[in-house]
Amino acid sequence: MRHVDEYRDPAAVEPVVRAIRGAVTRPWTLMEVCGGQTHSILKFGLDELLPPEIRLVHGPGCPVCVTPLEMIDRAVAIAARPDVVFCSFGDMLRVPGSSTDLLKVKAGGGDVRIVYSPLDALRLARQRPERKVVFFAVGFETTAPANAMAVARAAAEGLANFSVLVAHVLVPPALEALLSCEDARIQGLLAPGHVCAVTGYRDYEPVAERHRIPIVVTGFEPLDLLKGVLATVVQLERGEHRVENQYPRAVVRDGNPRALEMIEDVFVVSDRSWRGLGEIPASGYALSPKYARFDAETVFDVGAVSVKEPEECRSGLVLQGRLRPTECPEFGVRCTPEHPLGATMVSSEGACAAYFHYGRVRRDDAAPEAAAGGRA
Amino acid sequence: MTASLVETLFVPAFRNPHLEPLADGAVVTVGRERLAFSTDTFVVKPAFFPGGDIGSLAVHGTVNDVAMCGAEPLFLSAGLVLEEGFPIRDLERVVASMAEACARVGVLLVTGDTKVVDRGKGDGVYVNTSGVGRVHDGIELGAARARPGDVVLVSGPVGDHGIAVMAAREGIDFETALLSDSAPVVAPVRALLVAVPSTRVLRDPTRGGLATALCEIAAAASVGIRIDERDVPVRDEVRGACELLGFDPLYVACEGRFLAIVPGESEEKALAAIRSEPGGEQACRIGTVVADDPGRLVLRTRIGTRRLLERLSGEQLPRIC
Repeated sequence: MRHVDEYRDPAAVEPVVRAIRGAVTRPWTLMEVCGGQTHSILKFGLDELLPPEIRLVHGPGCPVCVTPLEMIDRAVAIAARPDVVFCSFGDMLRVPGSSTDLLKVKAGGGDVRIVYSPLDALRLARQRPERKVVFFAVGFETTAPANAMAVARAAAEGLANFSVLVAHVLVPPALEALLSCEDARIQGLLAPGHVCAVTGYRDYEPVAERHRIPIVVTGFEPLDLLKGVLATVVQLERGEHRVENQYPRAVVRDGNPRALEMIEDVFVVSDRSWRGLGEIPASGYALSPKYARFDAETVFDVGAVSVKEPEECRSGLVLQGRLRPTECPEFGVRCTPEHPLGATMVSSEGACAAYFHYGRVRRDDAAPEAAAGGRA
Repeated sequence: MTASLVETLFVPAFRNPHLEPLADGAVVTVGRERLAFSTDTFVVKPAFFPGGDIGSLAVHGTVNDVAMCGAEPLFLSAGLVLEEGFPIRDLERVVASMAEACARVGVLLVTGDTKVVDRGKGDGVYVNTSGVGRVHDGIELGAARARPGDVVLVSGPVGDHGIAVMAAREGIDFETALLSDSAPVVAPVRALLVAVPSTRVLRDPTRGGLATALCEIAAAASVGIRIDERDVPVRDEVRGACELLGFDPLYVACEGRFLAIVPGESEEKALAAIRSEPGGEQACRIGTVVADDPGRLVLRTRIGTRRLLERLSGEQLPRIC
């Protein structure tokens, strides 16, 4: 398959692995920011190819995982209304809120639908003028342009029965928050390639400078990820801290101007609360005043919901790269993809789900390879 | 969900030696005949999808389950639940498709039942089929019979059905039309069992796909199973759709494929037999049974690393980005 196989070719991968081994002289801790990268690393066992000096920790780049509990509760409250068709990306459905999840709302008779694009929700709104169609706009900068386009089109068409529940978050402020912790141990960052395809990487330059940390824009295929690790390690070994683009086939420094225009038209930067990280200033998007009438939170007046995280779920620590999924006492025991305690076990971008699906189940009799994988 | 219902509710209520292996069907002895008996209920949505429909699927699903017991399917029953208002023309299509599938396999539909439920109380049409078949002489199959030194064969590319149905249900258009693999596997299974009567295990990788089926075999036989990602046949269209949606083709359902575990020395003979029949032309070897890692399914990835594969837990849900 073109555009995939060439980045999974053992003959291409092997020299990069050798170069990493040759470059490393001491231990380094790198964080891959995006959950898609975490999944690729585990799916292809890339951590097993790396020398023991390199420790990969998994970042907060899973939009489903960082969506706060109160936002899920709002979604549940709206979805349960008899006049609503609630549309969401698939992975959101099983994320536990404080008492229930969207899948259970659906089982209880709520009209909850999986869509693959916000434009599908828009089409539904056109077809069913008697129903209120709500789209759950979750995601990083990656999904923002399409979500913005849906809102702009709804406005242009004068669709009064369409609204969005916005839970958009931004990567650079989260990195800033993580790196500002006094005990931050992350020495290099693999920046999320898909996010940077939209935004470019100018915003990462002050972060690299301020925290004196190399940031390498990295893709998702095995060869991309290994090249990202190599570039980061080379910078670290040389004492450098630049933003470097290892994903030039998708990313340019200034991003995608049309997508950014679309975002700027529809959204404004706002404070956001992150599951696991707490409130981070200027770390998300809200609808701009011009489009405020499409905000589901105002349309349905769900009010302020205040909830407490369940204590047994330690996904907050996982999202900060402080706890490896297999180090959690509930991992694979009380917490599985079928019965998740938290979002990191649900989403296909979540680190706990990645460990579970790719066989890193904590077992006392784990095979040597699996045990080694738990290490990396 | 259904797996836990089977364990906690159904097995305790009906416990008996024929039920407890929890195979695709039961093998019972009546007089001197060993009969295979299986039932399945079909609620696929949409009822008509590229490459098939609920009628042919209901026939294929049950005759394949009977075939997985090492048997020649003979008779079927059918029960239809119709939602009031289900178009008669659609019903005619479903019935014609069932009849054609029966004729193709050579089974007779000998008894049936129809119920109509109120509008809104069903989803158009549901079909249950049960099937009876005669087990081929001298054939002893079972997941627990896999042994180190055996090889794992698959009758064709995996994942077509799951992706075709999902694309139809969700209205996703791919550049090329992908068809469900829904088909009877009776003929290639018959050819295999004649050529290699020492075949150990047959399994159709329906829900949970190839990986879940092999995990169950590894656990039942306390053996390790190794498969190589490069050897597992997956069509480019299916791989592409899976990449896009965040699915793993090893976990996507098939409805016209089977897995066979045969002694290593019979590999060539087994493959030649499966390939000689329609639907088995692309059969190939995908792995081996080993003594190491008992109970585990281990994948050698495309880039040469190792990964443990677990059973499918929950549904695969399409990802955000």
